[in-house]
Amino acid sequence: MWDYSEKVQEHFFSPRNAGAVDDANAVGDVGSLSCGDALRLTLKVDPDSEVILDAGFQTFGCGSAIASSSALTEIIKGMKIDDALSVSNQDIADYLDGLPPEKMHCSVMGREALQAAVANYRGEEWKDDHEEGALICKCFAIDEVMIEETVRANGLRTVEEVTNYTKAGGGCSACHEGIEEILTRILAEKGETFDPNAVAGEIKKPKSGLTNLQRMKRIEELLDEIRPNLQRDHGDVELVEVDGKYIYVKMIGACAGCQMAATTLGGIQQHLAEGLGEFIQVLPAEELARRTAMEA
Amino acid sequence: MSGTDKIEGIYLDNNATTMVAPEVVEEMLPYFTEQFGNPSSLHQFGDKVGRALKKARKQVQTLLGAEHDSEVIFTSCGTESDSTAILSALKAQPDRKEIITTVVEHPAVLTLCEHLEKEGYKVHYLEVDSKGRLDIQAYYKLLSDNVAIVSVMWANNESGTLFPVEEMAELARQAGVLFHTDAVQAVGKLPINLKETCIDMLSLSGHKLHAPKGIGVLYLRRGVRFRPLLRGGHQERGRRAGTENAASIVALGKACEMAMQAMEYEKSSVKAMRDHLEQGILEKVSHCFVTGDPNNRLPNTCNIAFEYIEGEAILLLLNKMGIAASSGSACTSGSLEPSHVMRAMDIPFTAAHGSVRLSLSRYNTMDEIERVIEAVPPIVAQLRQLSPYWSGDGPVDEPEKAFAPSYA
Repeated sequence: MWDYSEKVQEHFFSPRNAGAVDDANAVGDVGSLSCGDALRLTLKVDPDSEVILDAGFQTFGCGSAIASSSALTEIIKGMKIDDALSVSNQDIADYLDGLPPEKMHCSVMGREALQAAVANYRGEEWKDDHEEGALICKCFAIDEVMIEETVRANGLRTVEEVTNYTKAGGGCSACHEGIEEILTRILAEKGETFDPNAVAGEIKKPKSGLTNLQRMKRIEELLDEIRPNLQRDHGDVELVEVDGKYIYVKMIGACAGCQMAATTLGGIQQHLAEGLGEFIQVLPAEELARRTAMEA
Repeated sequence: MSGTDKIEGIYLDNNATTMVAPEVVEEMLPYFTEQFGNPSSLHQFGDKVGRALKKARKQVQTLLGAEHDSEVIFTSCGTESDSTAILSALKAQPDRKEIITTVVEHPAVLTLCEHLEKEGYKVHYLEVDSKGRLDIQAYYKLLSDNVAIVSVMWANNESGTLFPVEEMAELARQAGVLFHTDAVQAVGKLPINLKETCIDMLSLSGHKLHAPKGIGVLYLRRGVRFRPLLRGGHQERGRRAGTENAASIVALGKACEMAMQAMEYEKSSVKAMRDHLEQGILEKVSHCFVTGDPNNRLPNTCNIAFEYIEGEAILLLLNKMGIAASSGSACTSGSLEPSHVMRAMDIPFTAAHGSVRLSLSRYNTMDEIERVIEAVPPIVAQLRQLSPYWSGDGPVDEPEKAFAPSYA
């Protein structure tokens, strides 16, 4: 049986706002019948204030699909539609005290139903950019399509690189065979073979000819580039100190104390190394404190 | 035949696993304590265990109707037996690079076959019709000198549908091709007499017939060329090395003896309970149907597809009432698609996701069945009230048009 939180169970056994809203002026139908989860969201929006007066759902789906639908309607009732649009799938999952990784797509479906309903209200056509593949990494809920796209976009060739870019494979490591199969397939498209002994992204470029200030600014720019990825997971990073090849950063929000912190640092290190074109090491701010204490 | 110390709740998931019979537990317990010897040892500690294994082997032989007790090889589970059989056939006949199986096999066979395809073997997957039946003509045409082994399940775990494995084995024999059957769902529920058949290898799993988990058997007909999966000591005549799981082997022997005695009861009383359950639900719930071949299936299995609702939701509500069942929905398996068995039978998505398997055992009672018949209709009604395909007492007009979500 799935590891459902009590909140999920409660919303499944006693769903709120079940059924269609009688005089709805916004309808969103999303989901996939092959995958077994589909949702119709009906809204009654006040035309003057654009406040969602009432919301109702009809769901063909599993326990967490029904609970996610129920949670969504509870969250958005009384919101202005613009505010409602900023509700993320993570907000829905958080409202339910979390969902199992295999079930995160249920919360995505909720967010998309909302987007579809608002588009319908505004007389626009909503198109989803939804593509979902078989779940590969169960620790971090990363599917096949996501890994394939990242491998293609970044020319990745090792499992380690895939982990750095997507997190997939950074937990229990049971999916490494699956990741290797994806790499083998995609490399074969380019006429190359997967080499299990290849080393992840070595930096061969010589040291950059930047001044200290330019280098510092460049590091900030590079950090800004990856910041959106971290913020999507409710985390962030802050530059603390640059000491030669050692770059000290502080992980903030969800990144702090995350079991993936080491992997995230690895990803940051790779990005900075590539961007600067020199060998550097990214270390947590705590390490700076420790080193300073030792020197003193 | 109801158990004396019954656990709470109604267990209708016996195709997943079964309760270990109390008599079986009693029989195996001494082999954890005073009978701890290694059956390979010469001394009295080992000798007693060795004799117990011999008895168990005889008991398995009797249930399977095997000609010799040495045709019984104890393994750790059904999956190991399946892998051993298929890989042995490939190893022993390196010139034969093809395998014939079906699209509805258990993952124990399917996943292995998919893997073997990557290694260069050609696998033929026989398809099934809407009732889960094979096309024997299509099978016949595939048999050739290139085929190393045919592996076809005796009974389907989801629908209970039976395949004509005895007939298929005969055709294979005529073509000079080895025949293996995964019979984990059939053994103990159907009379089997292997010496009268052309079946070369058969897998069984202890925990499907009231023995514990972690014990299986590969039946290997005498004279069939064989290559072990595990090499090492001389256990199982060198065909499956590794110290014997003595307590579980003894348990399986006892379970086989009990299954033999209960065979008539399975065919009559368990079947009567299953039929009553199925009729009761079909009468009370609209828009649902039995999947598989109702006229040719296991006596204990009933698989009903409830349209317009999803299986995991049904299971959660059943579980709340203490009723244990299983489903072919995508969500219950953690995959993105409904069960490959339902898909192979071309069951529409709106019904395949709502398929629920109720599998009985001789430990169920008619009273339990009555309670399940009462419990199911309100659960289905409750979920249909939430469904976008449903309105009031029936499906909306032209359901597939009325609700066609964006990325269906």
